[in-house]
This record gives sequence, C-alpha cells and structure tokens, in this order.
Amino acid sequence: MEDLAYKVMVGLEIHVQLCTRTKMFCGCALGFGEDANSRVCPVCLGMPGVLPVMNKEAVEYAVLAALALNCEIAEFTKWDRKSYYYPDLPKNYQISQYDLPLGANGFIEIASGSGQTKRIRITRAHLEEDAGKNLHTAGDFSQVDLNRTGTPLLEIVTEPDMSSAAEVRALAVELQRMVRYLGVSEADMQKGHMRFEPNINLVVTKDGAEYKTPIVEVKNLNSFRALERSVDFEIGRQLGEFAETGETMQMGNKSTRGWDDAKEVTVLQREKEEAHDYRYFPEPDLVPVELKGRWLKDVRAGLCELPLKKQMRFVSEYGLSEYDAGVLTAERSTAEFFDEAVKAGGDAKRVCNVLTQVGLKLANEKDCSIVELGIESEGVAQLCGMVEAGDISASASAQVFEQMAETGKKPDVLARELNLIQKSDAGELEAIVNKVLAENAQAVEDVAGGGKKSKKARGFLLGQVMQKTEGQANPKVVSEILDSKLG
Amino acid sequence: MPERIDREQVTKVAKLSRLELSEAEVAEFTGQLSAILDYVEKMNELDTTDIEPLAHCLPLSNVFREDSVKESLGTEKALANAPQRDGPFFKVPKILDESFGA
Repeated sequence: MEDLAYKVMVGLEIHVQLCTRTKMFCGCALGFGEDANSRVCPVCLGMPGVLPVMNKEAVEYAVLAALALNCEIAEFTKWDRKSYYYPDLPKNYQISQYDLPLGANGFIEIASGSGQTKRIRITRAHLEEDAGKNLHTAGDFSQVDLNRTGTPLLEIVTEPDMSSAAEVRALAVELQRMVRYLGVSEADMQKGHMRFEPNINLVVTKDGAEYKTPIVEVKNLNSFRALERSVDFEIGRQLGEFAETGETMQMGNKSTRGWDDAKEVTVLQREKEEAHDYRYFPEPDLVPVELKGRWLKDVRAGLCELPLKKQMRFVSEYGLSEYDAGVLTAERSTAEFFDEAVKAGGDAKRVCNVLTQVGLKLANEKDCSIVELGIESEGVAQLCGMVEAGDISASASAQVFEQMAETGKKPDVLARELNLIQKSDAGELEAIVNKVLAENAQAVEDVAGGGKKSKKARGFLLGQVMQKTEGQANPKVVSEILDSKLG
Repeated sequence: MPERIDREQVTKVAKLSRLELSEAEVAEFTGQLSAILDYVEKMNELDTTDIEPLAHCLPLSNVFREDSVKESLGTEKALANAPQRDGPFFKVPKILDESFGA
C-alpha cells in the first residue's frame, strides 16, 4: 500500500443519562439492577390515554450542562416525536427535540497536551427519553425490560473537529468530569450513563488532490477504551479501503458499524433502507418550554469553575505538575478541598502530596471521597505547616493525617500525643551529638579517613543520634551539627 | 386535478408504519389521503406573512412536575396484559436487526 497523507475528522454524538430521581415524563424512580419491569407505569409503558408531564429538574440539568458547553440557550424550545419501532419503547415513538433544541452553537475545551487546549464546537444539545432494554440471550425470542424506558438523556452532538482517537477520548473524559462537576449526571460508564457514537472519515491527499472517504458511524460504544480503539481501527480500515477502491464520500454512502469488543474490529451493520426515516412531528401532548428571565438566571447560578480550567489554574497558580493537577481535579469536592487547604495557608505542593499520597489512598480504602474523611481543610493546612517548620517529618505527617480522619483531633494535638514532634533545638541536639562522637572514636576516625568508609561511618553516627533521641531528632538539624563537627 | 399522493408513497408510508396493505387498500388509501391533502391545501389560501409559526395549539408553556417519586406498577401488574411473558420480561419475537438504539 502506498503511503497516503491524510487528516482524520471525527464528530461525536454523546448520550448522557441525567441523575434525576425520576423519569423524564413520569414519576417512576430511576434505578439500576432492579427487578425487570418493576419501575414502570402506564406512561412509560405507552398505555393509551396517558399524558406525559415534564420533569422540571431534568430540564434544569440539561440547561445547566448546555450552559457549561457554552451553548446558546433557546428562549423557546419544544418537543417532537421521532418514530421508533422496537419494543423497548412501546409507544412507537421517542419524545425528543428536533428543530428547536434547548442548546446550540456551543463549544468545549479539551486538553491537547503541554498546557494547550483545543476547542471542539458543539452543534446542539437536546433532551430526550431513553429506550428500555431488549435482551436476546434467552432463546428464539427476545426479552424486554422497560425499567430504563423514559429515563432523561441529554444528547450532545459535536462538529467533526476532533482529529485523532486520543482527542476523541479526551473529549469524552472531559465531558464526564464536567457533568459530574455540575452534578447533572453520575456519568458511571459501568451503568451505561454515557454512550458514544463517533462519526469518522478521512481527508486523503493523493497526487495533490484531496479526497474525503465515506463517513462511518460507530454505534453504541459505552467505554472510553472501545471509543478510542474503534476510532483508531476505522482510521486504518478507511485508509486501506480508499487505497483499494478509491471510493469517496457521497450522498447516501454513509454507513453504520458496530464494535466487536472481543475481536477489536468494527463490523458493518445492515440497516433497513428506511431506518433513518424518523418522520419527526411536533409532540401534541407536551407544551413548549420557555427558558428566560429569572428561571434561566437561577439555573445559570449552578455553574462552577469547570474542571479543565481548574486543572490549568492549579498548574499556573500553584505550580503543580499537569499530572498532579489532573488527579486533584478528577472530582470537584477533592479539587475544592485542595483549594481551601492552600488558601488556609498550606504550601500547595505539600498539600498536594498529602492529599494525593495519603488522602486519596485512605479515601480509597474507606470507599469514600477525601471530603468524606471528616478532615477540615484548615487542619490539612496546619499539618503541612508543621512539616514545613520541621516540627514533624514528612513520613510522620501520613500517620497524623490518618489519625485526624480517625479521631477528628487537630494535627498539633495528635503529633504530641503520638510523640512525633521532632527535636529541632540545636543546643539540645549538640549535646547529644557530642556524646555520640565521644563514644564512637573509631567511626569519627573513619569519617576523617575519607572514601566509601567515611560515608558509611557518617551514616552510623547519624543513626546513633537518632537512636539516642528515640527517633525524635530532626535529621536535618542533626546532619548540620554533624557537618560542623566533622568538617 | 392530479393525485397529491401516489401509490408508491402510500406503500412507503405503510412500510414505515409496519402496515401490510392489500392492493385494493393501497388504491383506496391513495384516494383518501389525496382527498385529505386537498382539504388541508385550503390553508394555503391564507396569507401567513408575519405570522409566527405555532408550536402548540394551547397558549401554555412550562408545565412541569417536581422530581418526586411516585409508586410504579410493579412487575406483575405491568405484565398483566402482556400477550406473552418470560419470567419478569415481556416476551417478543426475536429482534434480528440490531441497529436500533434511542
């Protein structure tokens, strides 16, 4: 195969499940893993004569997410019916939004390496209801569970602005972090709270001319890994196919493929010719939504500093590494706790170390978040200050931190109780050093003799001082005294 | 006056609606649907310049409910009228086309 120059173009369609208590148009509780068909009512079962009623919270969550995605919010938005013929949505249409989505023309920033960001345009964001689940494993028939039917979904559509599988993944991860910060979705991949459908094609340059390959949509991906790998696979596959057939993008030659997770390949899905004939029409059972004035202002008040911005601020303002800033901003509560501890006087890098090395580990063990450990951010700042001042060692700070979570006591109280306060008084330590030197004449001689032996002897003397103080001497101070004595 | 809708369109709409029509029915509905469209066509006589499109026939907006849980039917009641069931599931003919997804 000849080497062809090419650019990758990927747009994403993302479905995000909102974390309301109840469904979009009825009062059935949302859940996961309940008995099949236990969370259903006449509305979501599509019984004749029922009427849907909008869940206000779902609309507010969707608008908040659309605002965070920098969308223009429609003052007037409405519902439409989209024809649908599978048994997991028994009323034979999905309530969605067609021509007047609640959000449009936005953008999201994603990290593109070395502190840079890239802007991906958002075409639209709209609300709709989810379908239930069809299961095909039981035999020569299908089983239908309608518990999920009617769950509020936010559908987000991007422009084809991503130019690699890594960028597609970055957007997905950023969006997950964003909706969690906003509190509009748990975005739990294991529970199918985020589903992705990338649209992929290439612009190939051959003999000085550009050719676009036919667009492929990969359906229903529910992990970051499958998303990234399927895009990578498609890039290779489309390049090979173009080299072989030379087929280019035309009206009507877009195709749909599924992802085979075991074989790690995309597989062509045969679709009925009329599959995309959705025959949208206005939903007569629901009145429009007007988003303006006081209500919109109230929803807007739910915005917060978004994760990527926070992460970049932690790097520029506090001098953290990109990696550490990423770890701290993975969850909003942790990021805010860190910020508070630094504002309370803690050294940023030390607070970061305590939280990432001790706090997150402890939180992990207890299966909770850092804030749920019950430690005050001021306490962490104080603890870091004690390490900074040499009152306790960095390793002792881990023990104190754990006890702070355990007892709720202040770090200085705990350090005393646990006998972790270091002796830093030079006068007191000098007397001990003198004693050790007097008792170990051979070692002193070895130090003076230089070479490998000297280093070892010096370590021995330091060890003796630590032993005499029962480990409570500040090693830095002892080392300085030894230096001055031994030259 | 020419028919507003032809046999081909009726057949297509029937297919989309998962309806099986006989030849006689296709002919009958082609006539009926054309008559309906003729009737609606009268609306085009109105001058609609400067008239806002209507999204809904009621002069209402923002009719909401609070996000509070109401008791669901439960599996037994939900399945009571199902033509076929398999344990707690509705039982339906095997779905072969996998390209669905809301």
